Amino acid sequence: MKQFLAFVKKEFYHIFRDKRTMFILLGMPIMQIIIFGFALTNEVKNSRIAILDNAKDQSSIDLINEIDASQYFNIEEYLHTYSDVEKIFKKGTIKLVVVFPANFQEDLQHFNKAQVQLIADASDPNVANTLTNYATAIIVNYQDRITNQRKLPYTINTEFRMLYNPQLKGAYSFVPGVMAMILMLVCTLMTAITIVREKEMGTMEIMLVSPMQPFIIILSKAVPYLLLSMINVTSILLLSVFALDVPINGSLLLLVGESILFTLACLAFGLFISTSTDSQQTAMFISLTGMLLPTMMLSGFMFPIENMPLPLRLISNIVPARWYYSIVKDVMIKGLGIRDIWKETLVLAGMMFFLLALSLKKFKIRLA
Amino acid sequence: MRTLKFLLQKEFRQIFRDPGILRIIFMMPAIQLLILPWAADYEVKNINLTLVDHDHSTYSQQLASKIAASGYFHLQNYSTTYKTALKDIELDRSDLILEIPASFEKTLVKEDEASLFMAVNAINGTKANLGGAYLRSIIQDYNREVRLKWIQFPRFNPELNIEVTSSNWFNPQMNYKYYMVPGILVILVTMVGSFLASLNIVKEKEIGTIEQINVSPVKKYQFILGKLIPFWCLGLIIMTIGLTIARLAYGIIPAGSLLTIYIFAAVYLLSILGIGLLISTYTATQQQAMLISFFMMMVFILLGGLYTSIDSMPDWAKAITRVNPVSYFIDVMRMVVLKGSGLADIKSHIFTVIGFAVVFNGWAILNYRKRS
Repeated sequence: MKQFLAFVKKEFYHIFRDKRTMFILLGMPIMQIIIFGFALTNEVKNSRIAILDNAKDQSSIDLINEIDASQYFNIEEYLHTYSDVEKIFKKGTIKLVVVFPANFQEDLQHFNKAQVQLIADASDPNVANTLTNYATAIIVNYQDRITNQRKLPYTINTEFRMLYNPQLKGAYSFVPGVMAMILMLVCTLMTAITIVREKEMGTMEIMLVSPMQPFIIILSKAVPYLLLSMINVTSILLLSVFALDVPINGSLLLLVGESILFTLACLAFGLFISTSTDSQQTAMFISLTGMLLPTMMLSGFMFPIENMPLPLRLISNIVPARWYYSIVKDVMIKGLGIRDIWKETLVLAGMMFFLLALSLKKFKIRLA
Repeated sequence: MRTLKFLLQKEFRQIFRDPGILRIIFMMPAIQLLILPWAADYEVKNINLTLVDHDHSTYSQQLASKIAASGYFHLQNYSTTYKTALKDIELDRSDLILEIPASFEKTLVKEDEASLFMAVNAINGTKANLGGAYLRSIIQDYNREVRLKWIQFPRFNPELNIEVTSSNWFNPQMNYKYYMVPGILVILVTMVGSFLASLNIVKEKEIGTIEQINVSPVKKYQFILGKLIPFWCLGLIIMTIGLTIARLAYGIIPAGSLLTIYIFAAVYLLSILGIGLLISTYTATQQQAMLISFFMMMVFILLGGLYTSIDSMPDWAKAITRVNPVSYFIDVMRMVVLKGSGLADIKSHIFTVIGFAVVFNGWAILNYRKRS
């Protein structure tokens, strides 16, 4: 036991005496939460649009003012000819052009029918879709107002409720994702690198000639990072509750327990990488490409899993972060208990034991 | 000049004699470009809908089949109560609940007005927004059909009607991959460039071989150039591999000229490698270098406009994107590949990135000390 503590102490010295690394490890989660919480939104607002008004009559001007007044659009430019439309799109800032035909008001008043054309830059299909929807809604609103709001017969009203996240804050889906990413980074990457580093520097030999069991050596490498991750989890949770107003609706104890489980799985993976590689650079690239990108891409945190083709959906099942992400979302935001997430928990535990067993088996006590 | 030639020879040998790194350089971007765009599909489709039908009338059934026929929704779950439907949402089996109240049809016909109730899981904002909008427009459509059945509108419509037509340019099939592939290619080139460049010098420090260079008559700028040029070449090669894959696997043929892309990529790589070199002059171990470049790349990539639109960011974040080379390249790639923008359209982008390249590389040369 005393030996074990001495080894843990040594690992802590490694971490604490490297100020830059320390700073990044503890600062990264804070930075990420701030970026994700405040800067990244899926909401579309303040989009820059252009107007091509061939009518220049009262109705078109009214409607343009209406569009300008909404928070979704900023009118940036007025075009004069149709050929300007392509030119302005090529410059890249304008996302939507609203085109009014000549005689807009006349058509509207005499024929009760007029046309407005919306041309969207669909390089980003989602933004194009959303902007078209918003603009259409504004125009329909305007039309309803000028028709004196006569009530139509046989009207179906729809009542609409947003569950869990009525203000549609991005943070609700990002916070669980950031937690998964940070834990993955700290545990997998750092453990993988520290062990390989000892190999590269030759200090591994010293540890291997000590009377310690290989299991204990590995464990002593893992403990400091487990603690570090818990500090990160705490700071992420504090920030998200107090700075981002993301509530913890479920049990905090359960959340922490699941986080420890996930951390252990990540540590096990890091150990596995370190036992299979010999150079720091290779270990880094394997953990970056094998862990971080799949975590970002396949955990459901950035992109919906159900949209993916079948092979990727199958692969996503072996990404631990996918299960953890779903657990955190369920516990934190939906406020569910262990009864609803036991399946995910079991999967994580299974992965952890599997990886741990695998890396213990591969850990060589002899130098090649 | 001769010194530089020897330095370059050494660097290239170092790269080509490390099969591990070589494999990573060439295989990683290829594999990622083949896999990631399939995952990065942000298009909103496959919305699961739970229907709670208390009415069981012709109308409610008509509405249900209209929703199912729309193609946006999977109408897989029917529940008898709102409570069990909510359970579906909790377990992520469903994204949206539509509740049709008892005697919906009767109220609609007799009282001219009836209500439906919709609840959507809003944790994923985009999906909630678009899903709700789709469903509402389907209901409105259905409403119109019902009205037409009951009242015969006169041929000349007495209601004012502004017809909205919309067209989607540059990507008429609304294919999300056309949007993501150019962006992901930028990320890959950036990652390989900056990581390898920053790790390279630090590795020499860690192993101790930098001493040998420090005692040689090699000038500072020669040393930095010797490190820069090999990775610059590698970056352009990765770019070429990426564009080939984009063409073969996704059928993306740049609308603009390839020359424009390469000119910008050449300048951009200089600035990104400059950042890598700068990091390596400030750090002592590979671990540190790797963490710092990872940290910076993360900020750059997330704030680069790959996933979320820069327009909707707050002002301080927009200010960061202005000093973020990644956001310029993502922008340029999308403009040239999708819209066919030319050199004149991206003039300001090019000059900004040249500015970055000068600043970062200059700083790196100044900061590189031949003394330890």
